[in-house]
Amino acid sequence: MDGERVIETVDLSKQYGKQIAVDKLNLNVEEGEIFGFLGPNGAGKTTTLLMLLGLCEPSGGSASVCGVDPLRNGRDVKRLVGYLPENVGFYEDMNAIQSLEYVASLNGISKKSASPKIAELLDLVQLRKDEKKKVGAFSRGMRQRLGIAEVLIKEPKLLFLDEPTLGLDPDGARRLIDLIRSLNHESGMTVLLSSHNLYQVQEISHRVGIMISGKMVADGSIESLANEKFGVGEKDYSLEEIYMKYFQEV
Amino acid sequence: MQSLYAVFKKEFRDHFGSNRFVILFALIAMVSLITSYMAGVHMKENLEGLANTRFPFLQLFSIPGALFSMVQFVAFFGPLIGLVLGFDSINRERAHGTLIKVISQPIYRDAVINGKFLAGVITISIMLLSIVFVISGLGLVVVGLVPSIEEVWRLLFYLIISIFYISLWLGVSILFSISFRSIATSALASVALWIFLSFFITLGADLVANTIVPVEAKGQSSPEVVIKNIRVKEAVSLISPMVLYSEATNTIIDPMRKTTRSMILMGPMEKLLASRFQNPLSFGQSILVVFPHIMALIAITFICFAISYTIFMMQEIRK
Repeated sequence: MDGERVIETVDLSKQYGKQIAVDKLNLNVEEGEIFGFLGPNGAGKTTTLLMLLGLCEPSGGSASVCGVDPLRNGRDVKRLVGYLPENVGFYEDMNAIQSLEYVASLNGISKKSASPKIAELLDLVQLRKDEKKKVGAFSRGMRQRLGIAEVLIKEPKLLFLDEPTLGLDPDGARRLIDLIRSLNHESGMTVLLSSHNLYQVQEISHRVGIMISGKMVADGSIESLANEKFGVGEKDYSLEEIYMKYFQEV
Repeated sequence: MQSLYAVFKKEFRDHFGSNRFVILFALIAMVSLITSYMAGVHMKENLEGLANTRFPFLQLFSIPGALFSMVQFVAFFGPLIGLVLGFDSINRERAHGTLIKVISQPIYRDAVINGKFLAGVITISIMLLSIVFVISGLGLVVVGLVPSIEEVWRLLFYLIISIFYISLWLGVSILFSISFRSIATSALASVALWIFLSFFITLGADLVANTIVPVEAKGQSSPEVVIKNIRVKEAVSLISPMVLYSEATNTIIDPMRKTTRSMILMGPMEKLLASRFQNPLSFGQSILVVFPHIMALIAITFICFAISYTIFMMQEIRK
C-alpha cells in the first residue's frame, strides 16, 4: 500500500486535567488500507477518533484528514468520514428504513434520492427482510449492521469503526468482518478499525498500530512487528503474541 | 438550515406521536373545556348582570367557573407542558447513544438544540391555539357570544404571551436535560423549580417583606410602612414567571384592570367612585401597562435558551 496519506497527525495530544489521554500521537493512515487500531481499554483510541472527527478539541498538536483540519472544518471532515461509535445507539421506535432516512436527511440527501440508496444498503447489510421491524426489536448483530448502513449512506471515503464486533456471536462477527473487507476491497474505502479481537484484526488489517496509555508503541505491518520483536524469519507469530509482548514491555 | 429542518421534523413527529403528549394534551384540553363550560353556564345564569359588560367573550377565559379560570389554569399548569416536552430531550439521546451518532453527521452542533427547541415551541403553539379555538367555539355554541375585533386581538396577544411563558419552561427543562446526565434528576429538578417558583414564592415573598419592612399586627403600623411592605412583597414575587405571566395576561384579558397592582387601602367612597366611572382600557393602553412584564418573560426565555445553547456547544460529547 503506497497510496496518499489520508490521516496524518503530528504530536496530537489530549489532556483532561492532569490526566493525559493521548500523548503526542503521530498516526499515519494511507489511502485504501485497513488500519487496525489496537490497545487496551482507556488507551485513548476513542479520544483519538473523536479528535480526528473534530468532535473533541486537541490540547496540542495537529491533525489532518484528507487534507482537512478537523478542528477548523469539522463539518467537511464529517462529510468525508463515516464514524460508527462503540455501542451505536438508535431511536428504538423507528424501523430500519426510518432510521436510515433520518441519517440521510441529516446528510442533506433528499428523501427521493435516498430511497433507492437505502434499499441498496439494506441489501448489502442483509437487513432487507427486517426493514419494517422496529430497531428496538433488533438483535445486536442486526444493530451493528444497521449502524454500518447508516454510516455508508453518505458515501464516505473513510470509515472509523470503533469496536464493531464487540459482543457479536461468531457468525455475526464473521459477517461483519466480511462486509468490512468487501467495502475496502470493492469500494476502496480506507478503514480505521479499533478492536480488541486480535484474530479478526490480524485477518483483515494491512497495518496495525498499538496504542498503550496514550502513546503509539508500535506501528507497521504485522510481519514487520513480528520481525522486530521475535527476530527475522519468524512469520508464524500471531498478533496476540506480538500484542502481549508489547504490552508486557510497557 | 437543512439539518436544522431535519432535526426539527423528527422531533416534531416524536412529540405528536408520543403517548405522554397525547395524555397531557387530553388532560389539559379537558380541564380547560370544563372550566370554560362552567364559566359559560355561570355567565348565562347571570346574563342580566352582564348586560353592561363590554367584553363578554373574554370572560369565558377569565371568569372562574368552578375553581379557577382558564387563564389561571394555564398559569398554574401550562409550565407542565413545557417541562414534559423537554426534560429528557438531550440526556435521553445521550443515554441511548444517539447523540454522538447525530453530531458525527455533517451538521453544525447547534442544529440539534435549535431543532429541538423549535419543535417544542411549535408544538406548544399548536396546543394552545387549538385550546383557544375550542373554547371560542364552545362560547359561540353554549352562550351564543360573538367576539368583537378587539377581543380577537386581545386573545391573540394572550396566546403569544402564553407561548413565551410555556416556552420558558421548555427552555428550563432543556437546560436541565443538558446539565444532568440522569433523566430522573433532570425531571425532578425541573419539577422542583416549577413548584418552588409557582407555589412557594408567595411564602418566600412574605418572609422577605416582613424581614425588611416589619408590619406590626392589629394595624399599628403607619400606612407608609404597610405600603412599603406590600411593594417589597410584590417585587420579590416577580421573580416567579407565574406571577409575571398572571399579571400580564390578566390585564390583557380583562380590560377593566388598569394596573397590575392590587388596590388596597381604599375607602368605601373611593371604591364607589372608581366603579361608577370605570371604563375599560384601550388595547394599546393595556399592553403598555404590562409591557415590562412581557419583556421580562421574553428575556428570561431567551436567557434560558442562551445558557443551554452555550453549555451544549462547550460540552464534550463522547456517547
